[in-house]
Amino acid sequence: MFVQSRAPTKIIMNDEPTKVGDTYVPKELKRETLCLPNLPESEVVRHYTRLASMNFGVDNGPYPLGSCTMKYNPKYADRIASLQKFTDVHPYQDVSTIQGTLEMMYNMERKLAQISGMDAVTLQPAAGAHGEHTAMLMVRAYHESKGETRDEVIVPDSAHGTNPASAAMAGFKVIEIPSAPDGSTDMDALKAAVSSRTAAFMLTNPNTLGIFEKNIKDIAKTVHSAGALLYYDGANLNAIMGITAPGDMGFDIVHFNIHKTFASPHGGGGPGSGPVGVKKKLAPFLPSPIISKVKDGFVLEPGEKHSIGKVRAFYGNINVVLRGYTYILRMGSDGLRNAAIKAVINSNYLKELIKDVYEVPYGDPKKHEFVASASKLKKEKGIKASDIAKRMIDHGIHPPTIYFPMLVDEAMMFEPTEDCSLDDMKRMAEVLKTIAEEDPEIVLNAPYNASVSRVDETKAAKDAITSVRYMNRKA
Amino acid sequence: MLRRLGLASADELFADIPPDVRMRSILDKGMTEKDTVTKVTNILNKNTTASEIPSFMGMGSYRHYVPAAVDHITGMSEFYTSYTPYQPEISQGMLQALFEYQSVVCELTGMDAANSSMYDCATALGEAARMCGRIYKGKTFLIPEALSADRYSVLKNYLVGTEIKIERYGFDKKTGSLLLSDINAAVSKGEVCGVYTEMPNMFGCLDKNAAAIKQMIGDVPLVMGVNPLCMSIVRSPGDMGADIAIGEGHMMGTRPGFGSPLLGMFACRQDHVRKMPGRIVGLTEDSNGNTAFCLTLQTREQHIRRSSATSNICTNEALTAVAAAAYASILGAKGMIDVAKRNMERARTLMSLLSKMKGIELVFDNIHFNEFVIRLSKDPAEVNAGLLREGVMGGVPLKGHVKGMDDCMLMATTEMHSEKDYILLADAFRAVL
Repeated sequence: MFVQSRAPTKIIMNDEPTKVGDTYVPKELKRETLCLPNLPESEVVRHYTRLASMNFGVDNGPYPLGSCTMKYNPKYADRIASLQKFTDVHPYQDVSTIQGTLEMMYNMERKLAQISGMDAVTLQPAAGAHGEHTAMLMVRAYHESKGETRDEVIVPDSAHGTNPASAAMAGFKVIEIPSAPDGSTDMDALKAAVSSRTAAFMLTNPNTLGIFEKNIKDIAKTVHSAGALLYYDGANLNAIMGITAPGDMGFDIVHFNIHKTFASPHGGGGPGSGPVGVKKKLAPFLPSPIISKVKDGFVLEPGEKHSIGKVRAFYGNINVVLRGYTYILRMGSDGLRNAAIKAVINSNYLKELIKDVYEVPYGDPKKHEFVASASKLKKEKGIKASDIAKRMIDHGIHPPTIYFPMLVDEAMMFEPTEDCSLDDMKRMAEVLKTIAEEDPEIVLNAPYNASVSRVDETKAAKDAITSVRYMNRKA
Repeated sequence: MLRRLGLASADELFADIPPDVRMRSILDKGMTEKDTVTKVTNILNKNTTASEIPSFMGMGSYRHYVPAAVDHITGMSEFYTSYTPYQPEISQGMLQALFEYQSVVCELTGMDAANSSMYDCATALGEAARMCGRIYKGKTFLIPEALSADRYSVLKNYLVGTEIKIERYGFDKKTGSLLLSDINAAVSKGEVCGVYTEMPNMFGCLDKNAAAIKQMIGDVPLVMGVNPLCMSIVRSPGDMGADIAIGEGHMMGTRPGFGSPLLGMFACRQDHVRKMPGRIVGLTEDSNGNTAFCLTLQTREQHIRRSSATSNICTNEALTAVAAAAYASILGAKGMIDVAKRNMERARTLMSLLSKMKGIELVFDNIHFNEFVIRLSKDPAEVNAGLLREGVMGGVPLKGHVKGMDDCMLMATTEMHSEKDYILLADAFRAVL
C-alpha cells in the first residue's frame, strides 16, 4: 500500500530577523537584519527528511513519464561524481592540473560523436533546451557565414514545446507544419513549407508519438536541397541508440539529454546536460573553448573564428557529463543497444496491455514511448487524462506525461524505459483498467494517499505567491 | 513478452528503420562496475585539487565549506531521482524545498518573487536583459566594463535575435567604482531598456555608487547581480531599488566542480512576476484547504506558449537550488552572517600581506568582499606558472576580461584558507617576482 507522509506543512523560513552587527561594510551599504531561520541542524535535517518522504523519485517506483526517459540512475555514477579529485577543481586552473577532467571530457565527446554519427561535440549547454538554443545560434551563424539570410525554422506540430521556443529565442520565425494522418511528417506540407528562407527543420526521431519517421532520407533530401539544415532533438535517443544514428539518417546537428538517455539523475528538475553534436561543416561554429588532444595531453583552445562564443559560464554541467560518461563506459555499445531494444519492447508490451481500455492511435510498432488517449472515458464517464493521472498516484505509480503531444485528445504519454519490470508493467496495466472501471466519483476526487489532496493550481496562478517574504507582506 | 506482441524477434519492432541507416558495427563491450569505477577514478586522479595545493581563484566559482548535512539532504534519492514536479500531489517535497529556496533568494535579494533557478548567473543575465526588453521600452542594455568575459559572451548570445544592443559603462581607475556619469549619459539618450550592475563588482569591491543608480535612472529597470553570501551583510538589491536581482548561487552548498553545477538565481519585484522566465513554484491549497505547492504561471512557458514563451528553459538547476536552501537553513542567519564577515576579514588579511610585497600592487582603494585585484611586475600567466611550480595556484588573470588590465590578477580568498596557505602564497610570490 502506498501512503505518503501527511504531517501538516511547516515552512521553516519565516523566523524573526537576526541583527547583522558590526562589519567592515561601508555604512551606505550596510544591511541591518537578515531573516533566515536559526534552527538546530537536527531540526533542519528532520524537515528535509519529511519533505523527501513527500516526494516520488525513480527509486520509489515506476515512473513512466513520457519524453523524460526516467530510467534507473546507477549509484556508481554518483560515487564517481562526488570524488574530490573532480569536485575540488576550479575551472580556470592551469591546464596541467586539469588533465583528468579534460581527458574525460574529450573521451565523452568522442563517445557522443560515435553514438550520434556526428563529427564534433560541445558539452557546454546545461540542459536539452539550452542545447537547442545553442544549436539554433550555430545554425544562424552558419547561414550568415555564407552570406545568406534565412529567418525561418520549421517544426512539426508534434514537436516538443522547447523546439519552437528555442528557435524563436534565437530570432527565427517558427513555421509549424501539420503531421500526416499516420502521425509522421507530412512530406507535402514539408515541401510546401521549405524555401530559401528556411534555416532548419527540427525533428525528433522517433517522434513524440513514438513513431519512427520512415521517410527520414526523403526528409533530409528535401531539407538539404533547399539549403537548410536538419536538426535532431535528442530527447528520444533512448529508442535508437546503437541501432541507428542521427548522422546516418542525414541530420546535421543534434542535441543530447545526458539526464535522460545516459542515466544521470534529473535532480527534481536539474541540473541536466545538453551537449550538441554537429557534422564537420558546422564544427567551426561550436562554442568556445574546444578541447584538443596534443602530444602530451589535452588543452583548451579558443574556438575558431566563426565560433558563437559561450552559452554558459565555464564549460558546462561537467558533473552531469561525468555521470553520463561513466554510464556509457559501463554499458558499452552493446549495452546501450540492448537498453534501446528493451525500452522499445517494454513500450510495445505496455501498450498491448492497455490498448483495449485506452485507445492508442497512429499504428504500430511504437518505439520507446506511446501516446494513449482518455478520450473515450471522458465522453462516457467524464474522466479526463488528468483525473487518471491523479488516481495513479494512489497506487504508487508516477503518472505519465499528459496533454502532450497536442494532436492526441486527452493524451497520456507512457515511457516505461528499459528498467520497468514485467511485474510493474502488469501492475500498471491492472491499475489503469481498474481506474477505467471504478466509480467516476472516486477518480474525480483522487488522490487520497498522497501527502495532499488535489492541488488548486488556479489559486496558485491567481495569487502568484512565490516566497515567504511576499506571503508575509500580503498577510 | 514478444509472444504477447505476436513477434518472432525484437528485430520486427525496428522493421520501420530503413536498412541503409542501420548501424553496422558494435565498437566496444561494457565493463564491470569495479573496472568502470577504477578506470574513471584513474583518469580523474590526473587532476590537482585545491585541497592538495591552495588555490586563489574565484570569478564566479568559489570554494566554500559545504556542511555534511547539505550533502546528506541532496543525496536523498526521493529528491534527486525525481523529475520536474509537474504532478504536484506526488511532488510536494521538492516543490516545498524549491519554494523555500525561492524564499531564501527573495530574503537575500530583497525581492518579492523568484524562480526556482536558471542554469547560472551568466544565462540569468541574458534572460534578465531579455526581460528588460519585455517590461520597458528602449533597445540598449547597459553593462559594466568590469564584467567577466564569460558573462559578456553569454549575454551577447542571449540577445541574438532581439533588437537589444549592448553598451558599456566604465569604472574609476582608482577605486574600481562604477562611473555614475557614464550611466547618466547613456540613460539620458532615452534608449536604455535596462542597467546591469554587480554587488560586489567584478573586482570584489563593495561599490557605494551602486546604491545611487536607481535614483538616477528612474523608471529604467535596474538589474543587480549579487554574491548571495555577501548579501547576508550588505543591503539587498531590492533595498537599493533594483527591479530584477540575479546571482551566482552555487557557493551555497556545492563545490567548484570545474565550474559545475552552477546556480542562476533570479528574482524580481512582484509587478514583474508574470514576465519572469523559468519554472516558478507557487503557494496554494489542496481541496481540503491544507497548504500546498505547485508549479505556477505556466502559461509563460514553452510547453504551453511554444514560440511565444518568455523563455525556452525547462530543466534548470533544481537540486543545486535545494542545496542552497539547505545551506542557508543549516547555517541560519547567524551562520550566513558569520561566513560573510569571515570572508571579508580573510580578504583584508591577505590584501594587507600582499600589499607589502615587492612586485605586487593593490589596484583599487576600496572595501572588498572576498576578492581583490593586484597588479604584478611580471606577466600574470607566467607568474601563475611560477606559483604552480612553488606549490600554489594563483588568481585569475584579467587579460581577456577587462581592457587595459593585462598586468592584473583577480585574487579570491574564503574561509577555507588558513594562515599557512597565505604564507605559502607569499613565499611563492617572493620566489617568482
